[in-house]
Amino acid sequence: MRRMPVLQRGRAGAATDRRAELTLGLLAGVVLVLIAAMVVTVLVKAWPSFSYNGLSWFGSGGDVDTQLRVMRESTPLPGHGLLYFRAWPLIWGTLLTTIIAVGLGLVVSTFAAIFITEFAPGWLRRTLDPVIRLLAAVPSVIYGLIGILALAPWINEHLISNSRKQSVIYVVQLNGTDLATATLILMVMILPIMVAISANALAAVPASWREGSAALGVNRWRTIWRVSLRTAWPAIAAATVLATARALGEAVMLAMVSGSRGFAANPLDGLTFLFEPVRPLAASILQESEGLTIGPLAHTIYAMGAVLLVSATMLSLAGWAAKQPLKRYGIRA
Amino acid sequence: MAAGSSMLPAAAMRPPRERSSSWPLVDRLCYGLCWATGIGLCLIATAIVIFMLVKGIAYLRPSLFVSSPAPSLHQSQSGGFSDPIIGTLIVTAIGTVIAAPLGVAIATWLSEFARPAWLARAVESAIEMLAGVPSIVLAIFGLLILSQGFLSFLSQGAAQGSLGESFFDAGIVMSLLALPLVVGSTREALGQLPDRLREASYALGKTRSTTSRHVLLPAVRPGIASGIVLGMGRIIGDTAIVTILLGSTLKNEPVGHVPLLGTLRGTGSTLTSYVYNNSPAGEGNAHEKAYAAAFVLLMIVLALNATVTHLVNRGQAPRERRRLFLPGRLMGGSR
Repeated sequence: MRRMPVLQRGRAGAATDRRAELTLGLLAGVVLVLIAAMVVTVLVKAWPSFSYNGLSWFGSGGDVDTQLRVMRESTPLPGHGLLYFRAWPLIWGTLLTTIIAVGLGLVVSTFAAIFITEFAPGWLRRTLDPVIRLLAAVPSVIYGLIGILALAPWINEHLISNSRKQSVIYVVQLNGTDLATATLILMVMILPIMVAISANALAAVPASWREGSAALGVNRWRTIWRVSLRTAWPAIAAATVLATARALGEAVMLAMVSGSRGFAANPLDGLTFLFEPVRPLAASILQESEGLTIGPLAHTIYAMGAVLLVSATMLSLAGWAAKQPLKRYGIRA
Repeated sequence: MAAGSSMLPAAAMRPPRERSSSWPLVDRLCYGLCWATGIGLCLIATAIVIFMLVKGIAYLRPSLFVSSPAPSLHQSQSGGFSDPIIGTLIVTAIGTVIAAPLGVAIATWLSEFARPAWLARAVESAIEMLAGVPSIVLAIFGLLILSQGFLSFLSQGAAQGSLGESFFDAGIVMSLLALPLVVGSTREALGQLPDRLREASYALGKTRSTTSRHVLLPAVRPGIASGIVLGMGRIIGDTAIVTILLGSTLKNEPVGHVPLLGTLRGTGSTLTSYVYNNSPAGEGNAHEKAYAAAFVLLMIVLALNATVTHLVNRGQAPRERRRLFLPGRLMGGSR
């Protein structure tokens, strides 16, 4: 908050000032109410699905694709109501794509951030700046298009052998739109934000701390590893959390390249696991959106949305909390 | 490009050169990995641009810009994407017109007034949260609200069996997408203004509202502009909201006979939904059209990006050019 004016000349001026403050405050309040309304209405609309299924909503049971189709066609499965839904394969798909992409992204972005702040020669650093900016700006539908038209066919042709396809043909079809493709592209999409935050925090580490370490005869890499990274850690954590939120909510690209089959890819399948299709929550919402006019399906879709909304909110909070320790060092990130 | 436009910070103060050949193997390995990731990022970006460029040049025809999409299984007869381009323009315009003033107002209130404090903190975290909400969730929320009876004048209305799908509806929800970016960028710029500007204005007996209106906001114009342009980029690149709230029909289909209002209340498509629908993931499976439209989309986004760089460069005093920069720009949230 800015300091208050010392002098306020004239009553008219003060009144205008109050009015302006009130108007602006009101606008801000309206947006606040709108955002609160969003959480409430989505949860209310989602409630029938949650209350019908209870906690088993999050569990596994049956084929999730069939359950969604049944809702679309309004012909309930024998022994179940129309709202019967077990979301585990979708949740598992979301978890897999998000965790693997963020995990890989964390490693890559940390090295890239160190490279940018410490090792990159001037011309390369100046090149990396527009590069990161470009990667951040490419719309997700273009990432998806490249994935489905270029990367997936390539993976299908060169990385998935016929015998591998035959081995699972009765369970699931492998065609290149799979966990590996989805995760790779997702990682590229979240890299820019992670690199930007991490690099900024690394550059803000007080030079004297690193000089102190260097003066003790510690080599440059160890100095970076032990001093810089440790100081910048909260920012890297915050970057990771923000990137997780982004990965969680990515719908379009994943709808295009993840295979869109409600199949809980099994890590026990060895390498085949990487080539099995998944179906994340956000992508499912997009794909089922035509059924929003159908009552039970709409409740289910809003329930998926509610799960995403709550997770994204928690992650925002976590990201905020993760950044707090940095203030101790007076580093902004 | 000047250092000031940099999303990445200036290099850390470097100790004198040190040969890595004396380092232990693990350290040298990590050093190598650093180079690999740095070069790798450049290669990925280059690959994307070159790939889209090659495909774009191969499939883009001037006629695509002026002809409407037509239902056809053959790519030679399925028309162009004039309607989606117009759709993109309309949605972006509506979204920006709502988000820009609202965002600037909220940012001004947050950084200049911010009373009562609890409300300010609540608004601040709400905006931050909004920046993290997936656009698909915004879309279904928008559908829920905008399909209510009292808002049906914005679309064809529930009477015709449609659920709040129109340019108005899509634009309104898109503004929520751009809002955090405008707020973040404006706040950042306001926060960077030296206090002496405010003090000088107060010393002249000006009130806070006058100071904000006539001194502070004009001074942060480039910051506001870059926030708006970033918001436009976000709106143009979004597909989920278009698919759900614009109907993503083949052509822009006006409602009623009033020329402009009819279009705005009608359904349509944008470049993103056009690409999506023409990719194998949609029904169209016309990859030539998808590539061509994606190329146009990419060019628009890159042009906007260059605009932001330009605005940011211009907005910074030379002395401040070396300041760290940031992710606020990317994420939209305030910190």
